[in-house]
Amino acid sequence: MKEKLVLIGNGMAGMRALEELFKHNTSDEKGSDQYDITVIGAEPHPNYNRIMLSPVLAGEQTIDDIILNSLEWYEENDIELVTGDAAAEISRVKKSVITESGKEFPYDRLLIATGSNPFIIPIPGADKEGVLGFRDIHDVDTMVQASKDYNKAVVIGGGLLGLEAANGLMKQGMDVMVVHLLDSLMERQLDKPASALLKASLEKRGMTFMMEASTAEIIGDKRVSGLRFTDGTIVAAELVVMAVGIRPNFELAQKAGIHCERGIVVNDTMQTFDPTIYAVGECVQHRNECYGLVAPLFEQAKVAANHLARVGSTRYIGSMTSTKLKVTGIDLFSAGEFNEEEGDEVLQMQDVASGVYKKLVLKDNVIKGAVMFGDTMDGTWYFSLMRDATNVADFRKTILFGQHDLGDAGHGEATMVMSLPDDAEICGCNGVSKGDIVQAISKNGIFTLDEVRAHTKASSSCGSCTGLVESILASTVGEGYDATPSKKAVCSCTDHGHDDVIDAIKDHELKTIPAVREFLEWKTPDGCAACRPALNYYLLARWPEEYEDDLQSRFINERAHGNIQKDGTYSVVPRMFGGLVKPDELRAIADVCDKFDVPEMKVTGGQRIDMFGIKKEDLPAMWKDLSDAGFVSGHAYGKAMRTVKTCAGNTWCRFGTQNSTGLGVKLEELTWGSYMQHKYKLAVSGCPRNCAEATIKDFGVVCVDSGYELHIGGNGGIKVRVTDLLCKVETEEEVLEYCAAFTQKYREEAHYLERTAPWVERVGLTYIKDCVLDDEKERKALAERFKISQKVAQVDPWKARAEGQASHEFTQLKIAG
Amino acid sequence: MSNWSEVVALEDIPRLGSRVVKTDTVNIAVFRTASDEVFAMKDECPHKQGPLSQGIVHGTSVTCPLHNWKIDLASGEALGPDEGCTNVFPVKIENGMVFIDFKMAVAA
Repeated sequence: MKEKLVLIGNGMAGMRALEELFKHNTSDEKGSDQYDITVIGAEPHPNYNRIMLSPVLAGEQTIDDIILNSLEWYEENDIELVTGDAAAEISRVKKSVITESGKEFPYDRLLIATGSNPFIIPIPGADKEGVLGFRDIHDVDTMVQASKDYNKAVVIGGGLLGLEAANGLMKQGMDVMVVHLLDSLMERQLDKPASALLKASLEKRGMTFMMEASTAEIIGDKRVSGLRFTDGTIVAAELVVMAVGIRPNFELAQKAGIHCERGIVVNDTMQTFDPTIYAVGECVQHRNECYGLVAPLFEQAKVAANHLARVGSTRYIGSMTSTKLKVTGIDLFSAGEFNEEEGDEVLQMQDVASGVYKKLVLKDNVIKGAVMFGDTMDGTWYFSLMRDATNVADFRKTILFGQHDLGDAGHGEATMVMSLPDDAEICGCNGVSKGDIVQAISKNGIFTLDEVRAHTKASSSCGSCTGLVESILASTVGEGYDATPSKKAVCSCTDHGHDDVIDAIKDHELKTIPAVREFLEWKTPDGCAACRPALNYYLLARWPEEYEDDLQSRFINERAHGNIQKDGTYSVVPRMFGGLVKPDELRAIADVCDKFDVPEMKVTGGQRIDMFGIKKEDLPAMWKDLSDAGFVSGHAYGKAMRTVKTCAGNTWCRFGTQNSTGLGVKLEELTWGSYMQHKYKLAVSGCPRNCAEATIKDFGVVCVDSGYELHIGGNGGIKVRVTDLLCKVETEEEVLEYCAAFTQKYREEAHYLERTAPWVERVGLTYIKDCVLDDEKERKALAERFKISQKVAQVDPWKARAEGQASHEFTQLKIAG
Repeated sequence: MSNWSEVVALEDIPRLGSRVVKTDTVNIAVFRTASDEVFAMKDECPHKQGPLSQGIVHGTSVTCPLHNWKIDLASGEALGPDEGCTNVFPVKIENGMVFIDFKMAVAA
């Protein structure tokens, strides 16, 4: 027998909780396999995207565009849906909900998601015809109808909602005046300069304002005809929209004796004082906060669903929110504490002519808040720096110019997504246009990057367009876009992030993949193609001497020790230490190519030779020949140390200052065979002319007359990043020690599939310098741990397989008989 | 008419892994799950013919190594928003040996 779950409120937060609940089904059953569900909604519609009411009012979208769950969806998921009949009473004694029409619905668990009501200022005349809030489809319908019959509209409230309503009414052809109690618009989201820019820009569109005006009375007979203010001024109005704020709707809960203050008080698992009753959304007060934006509601929904499904110990710990105004053509972003206090520092940039204003509030070099107007391109970037509490000291001089100023040679100005036409290609890997993405978002009611990836494939390959896709998401779904998960989960098998996994493995001495999954309550029995390689790597990096590599958790390239090509054949790249090679070795490679009919060879960018088109079953025999000639695997296929690129150095070059090839060989001998979170490349240049391109490598050495400059965190590839200078040292021994220490620091702490470049940007150069440079004891300990790990890692996988290891991997079966 | 052929001992397929059976016409991937269930299907992803046998096996599905499509091992159908299907073959295990009915490619 399933238990009964009743949901009061057919809105975004409640429905999201149900969708999250369905994800916990252990069977293929539609709906929930734990509960019989009834949804009671006061409105006569299925669940729609309330935050998109503004574009509907502005005539940019239709009601149908913003329906999130169709009536068929309720049916398919076996949900009993009651619409147009509001819940009137909760009987906690009988454990049932009674509706206005007298129907009774018993529950075992109750979920309250009654949202909020617009606040109607209690002034004389507020009940006249033509006075309304801006909250639901009915309000929008009323406004659109009024715009046909009347001309003069007044919106009371110059906040987010008020301005969106005013803009929509203007689009419907009305004369709109906004009345605001204070002297600046959106004062909870904007500082004064940004607010002034916003006002000017709206005035240019024809909106009029009356600031610092307090409404005393709404005048008119049956229908409103005007407003009188406290100073006696009177203005004409045929439609009045009150958008002065929302009030959590908790009356029903309060009547049932559930503890309420400004909202329904809930704990971190979203339970009210009656533990069988949960509440989520705008009706809730959690740790003294009430939220009116969508991102927090979705986080709450997830926690409530986990708890209802009796899985997991996730808790809601509050949200950090950001705001975007959904008025087409006005770009505005705000997050955090944007009004500075004593001790804070302010970075500010203003370009009056082009209407751009940016302000960041810092405390101890960590972003506390941001306001942007005119150019909000980097809003998500500032927000993630703020959320991760990244120390921005190293790039604070250029931070206001945006992320692409930090060495992003990728897209530059083309990243202004709003101005892109629908047919602009966003994802170059999978050929996905902006229009495709926008359509997928509106058609499927998508709110997250992962969902966009699943539906369109955009940003799911190389990831270079992730920022663009996020911007499109943000501009298409407005603040519903959840750019702010408190942490990124490893994959959909878990709610835990990479750091949780790394810490758990270390702190609780977890030493197998099943142990990690059990400890962290993985939702799937054996993980997936995303989390298994990550867990395998983390265990290998933490317990190099004990952990037994799980081949079935490795991506095929690392299992077959070759690079799989699009036709299913493999490529083979033998290691050439420091890029040096002898005639006999070249002869051996030529012989191997003849013997195995290699269709194509190529010299790689990493100074070695690539042989293409090798059949998998030929690999072990080919490796035997190469191994006999003295070659080991080049790991060109792995998330591993790849190559050390070198220039000629002072042995030959007239400019060379040091023996760069010799040092390159030593570095490669030190680091080869090491598995990493991602590919890892080194280079040594013999002089500052830098022919080996050492300043776009994960670890680069530039020789100078007096020693060696060590550079870290660079890469070519998708988004070129130039290295940061770590330090200068005098001897080769020091180069090797610093290299081992930095490499190990990365191996132990970065997230799987995170290259050194984004890792350095995430944790900050200062942090790395503190450990690797300034703390000698720590440096030596890191280098020592790297060497221990290398003892196990430097076993040539090719030789082992040539001698028969994992032979099943390379042998095909034939049909018997 | 069924036509069972003995292909391999169960223990010679790695758990959460696969083996490839070469036939005159197509290659067939034989998968073994964590709970020792065995499935067989044409070794071609419906997307761009990637060798599914080389993918990572999890639950009762496999992720294609080329572009990460997820294919259901039992039905051969692509999971999630992707659409497509590859042929599956009936499989039985007797005395620790895996048999495949090659004549009975289950139509997609």
